[in-house]
Amino acid sequence: MQALTPTAAAIELREIEKSFGTVHAVRGVSLRIEKGAITGIVGENGAGKSTLMSILYGLYRADAGEIRVDGRPVAMASSREALGHGIGMVHQHFMLVDTFTVLENLVLGAEGGPLLAGGLEAARAELARLAREYGLSVDPDARIADLSVGEQQRVEILKVLFRGARILILDEPSAVLTPQETDRLFGVLASLRERGVTVVLITHKLREIVAVTDHVCVMRRGRVVAERRTADTNVEELAELMVGRKVRLDLDKIPPRLGEVLLRAEHLSLVDGRGVRRLDDVGIELRAGEIVGIAGVSGNGQSELLQVLSGIRAPDGGRLTVCGRVIDADHPGDPAEMRDLGVAHVPEDRLRQGMVAAFEASETSILGYQGRAPFTSYYLLDGPAVVAHCADLMERYDVRPRLPTLGSSLFSGGNQQKLVLAREIARQPRVLLVGQPTRGVDIGAIEFIRRELVKARDAGCAVLVVSVELEEILSLSDRILVMFAGRIVGEVEPGETNEPALGLLMAGAAAA
Amino acid sequence: MDEALTFFLLTLASMARVATPLVLCAMGGLFAEKSGIVDIGLEGKMLMAAFFAAASAAVTGSAWAGVGAAILAAVALAVLHGLACITYRGNQVVSGVAINILAAGLTVVLGTAWFARGGQTPPLTGSQRLPSLFLPNAGDNILVYAALLSVPLTWWIVERTRFGLRLRAVGEMPFAVDAAGISVAWLRYRAMLICGLFAGLAGAYLSIGQNAGFSRDMTAGQGFIALAAIIFGKWRPLPTFGACLIFGLLDAMAIRLQGVRVPGLGEVPVQLILAMPYLLAVFLLAGFIGRAVAPKASGVPYVKEH
Amino acid sequence: MTVRRRTALGPLPAWAEIVVLPLVNIALAFVVVGVIVAIIGIDPFHALRLLVLGAIGSSESIGYTLYYATNFMFTGLAVAVAFHAGLFNIGGEGQAYIGGLGCGLAVLALGDVVPGWFLVPLAIAAAALFGAGWAAVPAWLQAWRGSHIVITTIMFNFIASALMVYLMVNVLIAPGSMTPASRAFAASGWIPSMHDVLRAAGIPIAASALNLSIVLALLCCFAVWVFLWHTPGGYALRTMGHSPEAAVYAGTNLKRTTMVAMCFSGALAGFVGVNELMGVHHRIVLDFPAGYGFAGIAVALMGRNHPLGVMLAALLFGALQQGGTELAFEIPSITREMVVVIQGLIILFSGALVHLPRPWLQYLFASRY
Repeated sequence: MQALTPTAAAIELREIEKSFGTVHAVRGVSLRIEKGAITGIVGENGAGKSTLMSILYGLYRADAGEIRVDGRPVAMASSREALGHGIGMVHQHFMLVDTFTVLENLVLGAEGGPLLAGGLEAARAELARLAREYGLSVDPDARIADLSVGEQQRVEILKVLFRGARILILDEPSAVLTPQETDRLFGVLASLRERGVTVVLITHKLREIVAVTDHVCVMRRGRVVAERRTADTNVEELAELMVGRKVRLDLDKIPPRLGEVLLRAEHLSLVDGRGVRRLDDVGIELRAGEIVGIAGVSGNGQSELLQVLSGIRAPDGGRLTVCGRVIDADHPGDPAEMRDLGVAHVPEDRLRQGMVAAFEASETSILGYQGRAPFTSYYLLDGPAVVAHCADLMERYDVRPRLPTLGSSLFSGGNQQKLVLAREIARQPRVLLVGQPTRGVDIGAIEFIRRELVKARDAGCAVLVVSVELEEILSLSDRILVMFAGRIVGEVEPGETNEPALGLLMAGAAAA
Repeated sequence: MDEALTFFLLTLASMARVATPLVLCAMGGLFAEKSGIVDIGLEGKMLMAAFFAAASAAVTGSAWAGVGAAILAAVALAVLHGLACITYRGNQVVSGVAINILAAGLTVVLGTAWFARGGQTPPLTGSQRLPSLFLPNAGDNILVYAALLSVPLTWWIVERTRFGLRLRAVGEMPFAVDAAGISVAWLRYRAMLICGLFAGLAGAYLSIGQNAGFSRDMTAGQGFIALAAIIFGKWRPLPTFGACLIFGLLDAMAIRLQGVRVPGLGEVPVQLILAMPYLLAVFLLAGFIGRAVAPKASGVPYVKEH
Repeated sequence: MTVRRRTALGPLPAWAEIVVLPLVNIALAFVVVGVIVAIIGIDPFHALRLLVLGAIGSSESIGYTLYYATNFMFTGLAVAVAFHAGLFNIGGEGQAYIGGLGCGLAVLALGDVVPGWFLVPLAIAAAALFGAGWAAVPAWLQAWRGSHIVITTIMFNFIASALMVYLMVNVLIAPGSMTPASRAFAASGWIPSMHDVLRAAGIPIAASALNLSIVLALLCCFAVWVFLWHTPGGYALRTMGHSPEAAVYAGTNLKRTTMVAMCFSGALAGFVGVNELMGVHHRIVLDFPAGYGFAGIAVALMGRNHPLGVMLAALLFGALQQGGTELAFEIPSITREMVVVIQGLIILFSGALVHLPRPWLQYLFASRY
């Protein structure tokens, strides 16, 4: 590891440890954050960046380790204490009251007296000063609900500065911004640095790191794996450091025997309630007998893609042809109809969508198929048939414990996922949509689940896998599509690519 | 002409009489609702307060003791509601329903046990009742003026004070309040205390101001009308006050219009007029006449993220 | 809710969650009742003895207990069905009222025209239809217009009450009558009393208000059980109640399921009218729902929203109602509203404050194991 010239450290973290249950989220992290500079912290989803920053901001308590601010060790027990030490955080989800004006949000918690009038006027003057100094202009009397997301973020930054913070942590600040807004944000960050403010930027977008930071710290699996001066590194090196070179689980796949096109999406688009385009001109062809992997950092439209393909949401534009049925904005499908067409769906959010935690395992084993034979005959659910079905699935897919009457929530994550997967695969679907096949699943079950997906593909099923785990995408897929900002930005063959190259595509660095 | 004037004045006077408890109760409910706590139990709080006002006035002979007892009773129920909704994160609607049923039962049980008059308190006279202040025998007791005053006061607190700002924030986005280092629970408890205070005054007005004693179920749904007024007033003090006046006027008209044939309409059923507050609230909530948007965190217990 | 609170004490064993916690909640409610009774100056144990005797001391009192339990079963089931769909129906009072109007109108209109074997089922169906209709409006408003079902059902209670007063005073009142009640039903529209039925079968019991509506109530318990746990529709309804996302994933139409759940719920509440009007009063009267709709919340909470639990809770509430009446007769300083107090406390402790004793129990179990 390259030594950094010792300058004044705004924050020093020493041997920070944090576990959640059995998950070891942060493993002995030591880190210096330079005063008056912009430090980037990069890493994949789940690398431990956000947990580390939450510890720094007093939202979590570290299990072990020491935090020093300006050289003094401090106990960070609450966000209020963090603010007292001059540390402010801009959350990914804004902590703003929609119905309030900018000024009201600014003073909330720092009103300066029991009556508002004085505090509001003082805040107005302070706001004007901050706007002048940092180029952060916002109309103080505008309601938050009427502001754009970029402006709302500016209010969040102002809120933190208003409270006297000299160290600013931004958690994935560009996740919700347009490229133009992101550029403006970077301008603001630069002017903050000029005024001596220390900035910590948590992100997984390498382009941003290179564009705006002075130092960069790479995290992987709860550890800091590298620290660099931004000037001494480049996107390629960072991408490699970020994803690492991982051992691929060898799946002994035979070459795919491609069949007919079973699912074809053309120019799909979807706009959410806030007017943000979640899917943008997405085109996909899925053939029988292949596994297509969708790679991407979470939040780039993969969830919405699964929702549209499985009939949960209708597309706003474009069309979807599934086994001969054409679906578009005027002819929406629904999940039940998609099941009739032979589309099975293992949803991303297993706990809330894929199963009902309060149901018995046997009940979960028919979710979505409850009205069909043999579970329902003569309008009545056939209890014994359902239990027998579940027992059969448990046997064939090695779900433990083999207790169909046990509550679904009492199974481990891996066994829950096996049950959901079993339910969807057992009916031999023509198309199988899988979201995050192994999220929260133990190692043993991971391999089992992947083998089952390959088996389904070999049996002629068209499989679409969405995963934020690159290694998973690489080992499972016959073709890989990369999504970024709601678009398919690239298609690669797993044999012709590697993780750093994919990481670059995912980070939007080489947006085609 | 004279007749019309008399009719007008009498209607106005009875509107003020009917509207006073509605206004007080609605202002109390406004504090609870603004803080994000749904208060179905306004009715129960008011009823309990009315009983304790009359009971304590009857025993001590002082109307002021009655007012004090009313406030204590309503505040106790408000704290109970707070305990269930804030501390134990129970279902706010269930808690409100429980308080209403409890009050309906307990007032009669205690009343019968203490006064043996089938749930009524002894008739109150003289100093046991709140006196008229300016107009002899017009029933313009201090609580009528308190109700009038409560509206600008509520508006001022909600709009112009630190507490009001935090109150509005906690009902919309408790996470922002917590992130600013302010206790969500204590804010909501304070809102419930104020709610209890106002509901207590409303109850006292019913039994020792407007009437001379407590009778079973004497609130007769006025707590729910106050709730309807809050909805109709879109959770803002002045429009809520307006709604209370309209509902008071409807009630006053219902009494005066009994059996009267309105030209062109025929006889208007009294029950239709009495049901108007509820019908209007339903129409408003359904978005048929404007849109009423409740505080966003309404009815959701606050669970700190971790 | 899937958020698991991180506490130092572990979760309770399942049996404690299902059996001990609810019992502790009920016990707390009764302790408070005991305190209130003691404050009034009565020995709580003496009162309890009188209450139990009054509820099950004679075949007449058992009859009344079962008659009250019939109403509680209907409204308890109504609340439970809605609860399973994640909906809070506190409009049982109004739905019972309008349901009574439904069967009353059917009997008044056809009483002298069609025979009893045809009229009674028809009138029962009318009660269900009217009750369901009265619940359908708030359901529709929630599903399509986004208004909150709790507020709308409350408002609909008052609207139902105003409507019934209007109809009774101005339209349905028996000619020449001073009290607002309809003319008497033709005997073909009566639900036979249990006393008469059993006497015909050679079993003598004391006369009471108990009538064959209780059979309908038991059938409803069974039907609700079958529907919720043994039909795909009930499965979809429960899925929606636990997790709307999972229901959408499974292809369930949330709007339609909301309508189904509320209509089912309203129909059940409407059957109170059958028990009260066709079984006892034999005319349409005012205020016959008398709080049964609200008490249904307590019954459902106590019965943990399961038909069997509702049945048992309804029996307890019926016994309380009947025992309370007898108690009020024996001790004049206690009124029958004591029963209402108990209902309120049960809703409080097994509903709103359900988590209150949890830390105590967790501590108890943690120190034992």
